[in-house]
Amino acid sequence: MRPFQFARVEDVKAAIHAHTGGGRADDVSASNSPNQYLAGGTTLLDLMKLDVMRAARVIDINALQQTNSGKIEFSSKGLRLGAMVRMAQAADHPDVRKHFPVIGQALQLAASAQIRNMASLGGNVLQRTRCSYFRDTSYPNCNKRIPGSGCAALDGFNRSHAVLGVSDQCIASYPGDFAQALLALDARVEIDGPTGAREIPFAGLHRPPGKTPHLETTLAPAELITAFSVPPAPWARRSLFLKIRDRESYEFALASAAVALELDGGTVKQVRIALGGVAALPWRAKEAEAQLTGRQLDEQTIESAATAAFAQARAREHNAFKVELGKRALVRALHQAAALEI
Amino acid sequence: MTDQTRGWSRRNLLATSIASTVSVTLLGRSGAEAAPATVQTNPRDPVNVTLRVNGRQHRLSFDVRTTLLDALREHMGLTGSKKGCDHGQCGACTVLVNDRRVLSCLTLAASADGQEVTTIEGLAQSDGSLHPMQQAFIDHDAFQCGYCTPGQILSAVACVKEGHAGVDVEIREYMSGNLCRCAAYPNIVDAIKQARPKMKEA
Repeated sequence: MRPFQFARVEDVKAAIHAHTGGGRADDVSASNSPNQYLAGGTTLLDLMKLDVMRAARVIDINALQQTNSGKIEFSSKGLRLGAMVRMAQAADHPDVRKHFPVIGQALQLAASAQIRNMASLGGNVLQRTRCSYFRDTSYPNCNKRIPGSGCAALDGFNRSHAVLGVSDQCIASYPGDFAQALLALDARVEIDGPTGAREIPFAGLHRPPGKTPHLETTLAPAELITAFSVPPAPWARRSLFLKIRDRESYEFALASAAVALELDGGTVKQVRIALGGVAALPWRAKEAEAQLTGRQLDEQTIESAATAAFAQARAREHNAFKVELGKRALVRALHQAAALEI
Repeated sequence: MTDQTRGWSRRNLLATSIASTVSVTLLGRSGAEAAPATVQTNPRDPVNVTLRVNGRQHRLSFDVRTTLLDALREHMGLTGSKKGCDHGQCGACTVLVNDRRVLSCLTLAASADGQEVTTIEGLAQSDGSLHPMQQAFIDHDAFQCGYCTPGQILSAVACVKEGHAGVDVEIREYMSGNLCRCAAYPNIVDAIKQARPKMKEA
């Protein structure tokens, strides 16, 4: 690990100030900024040890859990999850589990008990890909790590890589689970930064790799996620997270589906679907939603929705199985959601 | 290593004494804004940290990159916590911080300043009698090589305290962050079930 400046701050204002105060010329991407916020550290310290991230200044924001960013609030206006809430706190919260099961399950199925105690919700959605060519600096070709250097995964060992939202510059998959739950429930992101506070739809947080895979989010340097808000919705109760992986616990998804359903008898009034493990970013499957909305939820409709979800899939040598696995995961998730007794 | 009780707020003193440095280096753009509570401006300078480990206060000075695991092992001589992968994947370094199990290899020691840390050395009572979980691991032969065992035991203690040690499948799920290359898993589950009621009595 390279040496770094260290600051510990007590509130959001001080955090942003500590981030911008050095006058360093910054990249346009928050994830590649030499200044990094430190919460649970489960991504940042890991990647700094690997020399993948080279923070020159680390700003410890853990004290922000004493502020509004450390709170979970539930009311008729919906759910507000402070960004400094730890994964385990949100996963165990009775209102989260009861009213937004897909959120509780996505968090519960992620990582290990220790990591869930450490990792903040804000940091969780910003975790970096597990692509081994990104994580191992002995590979010279990684457009995410060194823009313009190429992509070793395209013709490398790409079993774990994405089939949706990929580009010819990067096929790394987005590794998280919680993001898919937020995406499916139309969550919003509260952000604070040097130019003031703003709020965006969660769907606007992550960027597709395109020609700039090193730009992973729309956060500007020094911007900080302060909270996520999830609106109340008739489909939130009938929601779940299904995760398929190589081992049954403590493993990243090969394919996952966050689904939320509003049924009227056997007919789909509204449905929300987000897919994980198969895509370069948290992936909303709008084509699948369109196939289901207003239709009878039967075997055939569900199959056609799964087909639609993966119609644009682009597989490489080792990850073609994800297309079929992803479809089956979605089919099973929809069946399970329909069968929920709520 | 020095032990000391603090009767005054070291953090406040640090914040005040460093504020003057900060005003030059960090507050250059607008001095009106709030200063960070603690700042290490030269990456090569050691940081001063107070850690409370197993009920004893340790005032230490070390490189800012030092993890809590390295602080325990290299600066305090508490070698019970083990370094397995050093990347948060194996659980051998598990300790309790403020009674919650965390990975000490992915925790900066500087971030743990002022926190309450419990390691395997702090579980037994002062008369040497073992914690029920330690005794249960012995009774059930819940280890072979023993390298993962300190992490397993601390994780198991937390697992019971969290209320996640109900049925076997729940224990396995909530203990999945601790790998055992000797595959003592069935015996670990048995040990946790033995210790669970005894911990509640105690």
